[in-house]
Amino acid sequence: MSALFEMTAVDVHFGQVRALSACALRIQAGERVALVGSNGSGKSTLLRTLHGLVQPTRGTVAPDTSARQAMLFQRPYMLRASAQNNVALGLWLKGVAWKAARAQALQALARVGLAGVTNRNAKALSGGQQQRLALARAWALQPQVLLLDEPTASLDPAAKREVETLMAEFADAGMTLIFSSHNLGQVKRLASRVIYIEHGRLLADLPVHDFFNGPLPLEAEMFVKGELA
Amino acid sequence: MNTFSSSVSTAFSLITSFDPLLGSIVLRSLAVSACACLIACSAGLLLGAWLGVARFRGRGVVLTLLNTMLALPSVVVGLVVYLLLSRSGPLGFLGWLFSFKAMVLAQAVLVLPVVTALVRQTIEDADRLHGEQFQSLGAGKGMRSLLLLWDERYALLTVLIAAFGRAISEVGAVMVVGGNIDGFTRVMTTAIALETSKGDLPLALALGLLLLAVVLLLNVLIALVRRWRERLDDGLPSTAGLLVPETMADKA
Repeated sequence: MSALFEMTAVDVHFGQVRALSACALRIQAGERVALVGSNGSGKSTLLRTLHGLVQPTRGTVAPDTSARQAMLFQRPYMLRASAQNNVALGLWLKGVAWKAARAQALQALARVGLAGVTNRNAKALSGGQQQRLALARAWALQPQVLLLDEPTASLDPAAKREVETLMAEFADAGMTLIFSSHNLGQVKRLASRVIYIEHGRLLADLPVHDFFNGPLPLEAEMFVKGELA
Repeated sequence: MNTFSSSVSTAFSLITSFDPLLGSIVLRSLAVSACACLIACSAGLLLGAWLGVARFRGRGVVLTLLNTMLALPSVVVGLVVYLLLSRSGPLGFLGWLFSFKAMVLAQAVLVLPVVTALVRQTIEDADRLHGEQFQSLGAGKGMRSLLLLWDERYALLTVLIAAFGRAISEVGAVMVVGGNIDGFTRVMTTAIALETSKGDLPLALALGLLLLAVVLLLNVLIALVRRWRERLDDGLPSTAGLLVPETMADKA
């Protein structure tokens, strides 16, 4: 089976700061990969590197170029425009004609339960609604891989549940999920594989059951026990 | 104090009497500065937005020069435009010297760095915060700069005010290239300079107060428009299809 991502000995430096160090990773289609680790450990940099937003200082990232990707950010940026137009923008930027993009945007909004706010200004929506809107924008692109950077970090419990439900539904439909999270409960619920990162190094890469039940490197063990979180 | 109070009363009587001469000077001032701002903003918005997202060798030098040009003395701009438009200058064939067009050109040159520098800073800050998300959606640098320009439109109204303020309040450039010809190229600032040199301080001060009042009125109007649009955008259904004109957007 060909990999969606093949990362080999990747280093990423920002000036003197080493954000990723000797990272090697292979992700297959259909996986649900959770990236965990303390703040500043390199989770976001790893996601951004996989997505092509950050170029490795050393090493290679070989994505499957035929697989469409989309990324969801912790605080999604919405234009001062209607929810519908915000979703349509993503499609238009991929080459879909504006009228068709607006029509597809309606379907995407309905998919995430935002059919009632299509004409509302996106900036006026709540945090949870904005995150679902961002999911709609991503889903509309019909990606095979969805990368999510702490997608529920700043949401209340109800909004968190809604976003999690959508993520699970997307994964059930065959989408590959790669997400970072501090919420170990969420990782247990959504992930099939967990990668623990510390100081830019991948210290553990295990199936979810083994991560929570098996022996772990000391740092990962402490993180799970909440001593580093 | 006497001079000041008599100036206020003179200003008031000038306004209430609808003095046609004064009216023509005010209108000419507004027209020159509005045209100059229109030209400078058209170029400055695009140039500033591009500089906000573009990264190239020598960018630091360009930005330093741009910021230096913020302090460009208006009389120097007047002199340069004068030399360009004078009969022996490269643009002498246009025959614009001592005309409305010459004043517009001089003010546009003066205002362009202001617009470009302020827009560049606004867009660069926005791009630092959100540019990656547009990049993730597939927007290249040019598209990113246009989207951010559009999204920051209310913040950029302040740039417009600053540009207009710089244009309408300058005296050196329009004096040099316009010549302060009565009924033809006389604007409020050159009229104030003239009345001061003639010793008619109340009239000069009255014109100054009137100039301030005009700028104040414009600022209030822009602030009201900005508040109205923000309220409309953030609280009520926004205008569908506003984001991209469909004629431009149907590229597929």
